Amino acid sequence: MLELVAQLFPDEFAELDSYCRRSASYVDDRIGRFEREVQFYLAYLDYIAPIRARGQSFCYPQVSTEFRELRLVGGYDLPLAAKLAREGASVVGNDAQLTGDERALVVSGPNQGGKTTFARMIGQIHYLAELGLAVPARSAEVFLPDRIFCHFEQEERLSTLRSRLENDLERMHDILAEATSSSLVILNETFSSTTLSDATFLGKAILQRLLERGLFCVYVTFIDELASLSGATVSMVAMVDPVDPARRTYSILRRPADGLAYAAAISHKYGLDYEQLKHRIGS
Amino acid sequence: MKPQLLYRDDVSVTQALPTNIDAMMGDLELDTLFSAMAAGDGFLYSAAKEVILTAPPEPATILYRQQILDDCLQQPTVFQEIYGVALEALDVQRQHYFGFIRANPGSTLSGSIDVLDAYIPLLRHVRTIAMQSASMARSPGFKRFIEMVQHELSDTYLDEIATHVRNLKSGRGVLLEAAVGHVGTQIDYRFLRPAPTGWRDFVPSVLSHDAYSFDIAPRDDAGFQALESMRNRGVMHVTNAVAHAADHVRAFFEALRTELAFYLGCLNLYGRLMAMNLPVCFPTVTHPGQAVFSATGLYDVSLALQLGEQGQVVGNDIAADGISLVIITGANQGGKSTFLRGIGLMQLMAQCGMFVPAAQARMNIVTGLFTHYKREEDTTMTVGKFEEEVRRMSDIADAIASGSLLLCNESFSSTNEREGAEIGRQVVDAMTDTGVKVFYVTHLYDLAHAFERHPGSGVLLLRAERKESGQHTFKLLERPPLATSYGKDLYCRIFDDDDAVCTETAPTGMTPALDDR
Repeated sequence: MLELVAQLFPDEFAELDSYCRRSASYVDDRIGRFEREVQFYLAYLDYIAPIRARGQSFCYPQVSTEFRELRLVGGYDLPLAAKLAREGASVVGNDAQLTGDERALVVSGPNQGGKTTFARMIGQIHYLAELGLAVPARSAEVFLPDRIFCHFEQEERLSTLRSRLENDLERMHDILAEATSSSLVILNETFSSTTLSDATFLGKAILQRLLERGLFCVYVTFIDELASLSGATVSMVAMVDPVDPARRTYSILRRPADGLAYAAAISHKYGLDYEQLKHRIGS
Repeated sequence: MKPQLLYRDDVSVTQALPTNIDAMMGDLELDTLFSAMAAGDGFLYSAAKEVILTAPPEPATILYRQQILDDCLQQPTVFQEIYGVALEALDVQRQHYFGFIRANPGSTLSGSIDVLDAYIPLLRHVRTIAMQSASMARSPGFKRFIEMVQHELSDTYLDEIATHVRNLKSGRGVLLEAAVGHVGTQIDYRFLRPAPTGWRDFVPSVLSHDAYSFDIAPRDDAGFQALESMRNRGVMHVTNAVAHAADHVRAFFEALRTELAFYLGCLNLYGRLMAMNLPVCFPTVTHPGQAVFSATGLYDVSLALQLGEQGQVVGNDIAADGISLVIITGANQGGKSTFLRGIGLMQLMAQCGMFVPAAQARMNIVTGLFTHYKREEDTTMTVGKFEEEVRRMSDIADAIASGSLLLCNESFSSTNEREGAEIGRQVVDAMTDTGVKVFYVTHLYDLAHAFERHPGSGVLLLRAERKESGQHTFKLLERPPLATSYGKDLYCRIFDDDDAVCTETAPTGMTPALDDR
């Protein structure tokens, strides 16, 4: 019957038809935006679901732009946790605190002890907190930095025509030019490509500048002196298994730096001791 | 018939590329070198890469190539022309081989004949070039090549081929003979040379007089098929011979192209370096196990190529004959990495028979070249930086053998100084004690210092020079290590401000800007 009506009023129905065709892909602006935005949350929840399923904690951090403190319990590196979750393992969480006038976490200790992972974790937790997401930790009170800067080692390349140390210093200079008293700066093994005495000098000079700025910082280093540079520095040490130093525990505790890297244990594990190596090399 | 421009003896060398090639490509910036040799030509790039990375381990072959390369540098157009002919020949092949299928002897024959026909003028061209350049050739290798071409591609020979080809192409049918076999089968088909053309056509040939003949009825398909099959069986041998000949010539041109590509690559590089007024020389290369390494005016060819004509690289002298360990210390930005790369590149270039970036050089052949450079943090989150370094050294230990060369750049600096130095010392001791030559750039004062107290015993300590003014000359001098690498200079230059530590000693004339290099 409708068909007959349509025959009776061809113009009106043609217009209706073309309207429907034009609007077939119409999405209400607000609904569209909602769909896009909610994707972000859903994607994050999807990403952390397998980690949660392993019983690892997530929490919503208490954030502030006034209280310049950090209280973190059981924080862990998110991508590492995701990777380990796929392999059926869990990641070790660590605590960190910066209270009162404390501003810098100076992390030292053995190779392969989780120092870099710890530094990454602190950066991630601040970043995720700023996004308003649940952070990988049991509990977290976080100061929201205005910006987060990272200074990790880069490989030397001829195209830069600069030595590694010069490159390190240039990048550090750029960070200091932009960082404010409310920034977070994360440094990982900076200035390792020079002699110990130079590295100590540079590390102290740079850390001093960072502390004068009053900003928050995490500094991963082998230079023990940096850990006790001032009252604003907190020494964190990566721990090893006291029975077998080649086994790392990945826990990082607040305690004075002891100057032991336990590198020999790793080199022995890979057969690089003098006697081992001599037997391995063909003639 | 083989060009034998890379190997004196007719050996078909198929060496595998070294397993540590990825590390070496990056650490020594080999891509820059290969690209300069290729000058945009992908084939030249792969030829350079293959020849350089699979060097022959004996001085005689190196000398053989050096002399040929010298001829090439003297008479570049001769080599370029021959290369051009080889390219043309491979074009011919590509055009013809495309059109027919090998399965059918008849069509294979005609295809092969066409290819062979097209090759003849190219072979003549190669020969003409060889004849013209015979007087300038001084190297045994290139002389041998010219003699070989003159001898194997004589006019008589080429004319004979041309006649055969003409006969085969004549299209006047084929003359076959066959015997009668068991129960009347036809066996032993043979293709006979067609009767010569010209006046002899009037003389009945031995085979054709008394000939019986019959015609196949136009619609007798089976008859035509039988004829075709007879023809195919008859020409089988000829087909194989002609296809063989064409393959042989093609293989010659292919080898010629590959071998000349290396020399043309060298020529391109030579042109670049000459335009920058940089010296090159042919090194004296001695047998492995002799611990020879001396050079004057040695520079990093990759750096030179990257800086181009505006830049200026600094040449260094090194006298390390009888030395098994060279420790390089000193200021940051003082040219240590550059020097180390220069060493590696010079060794590689010398071993494949190239000229080297130096005014004068001699070195022993090394049986393997290994690089252990400090790397970025591992992004797969599986191992820490130190463990990653140790693992790579362990991989090297699996592959390295007595007579090898190991280049270390800041190895074991990703742990603390004391422990890094101790591990480095043990590795270096084990390497040198088993006959591995080591060049080690390090900031680990404890490590460098440990070998300073090692008197005699084939250790050379070099230090990047720094003038009193704080200026770096990029020269390396024979000096003991210092506890400082002048990181403070760099700090004060980059942060140049009122920092108290910089003003207290007030060094004048800071390190040179990059353009001053």
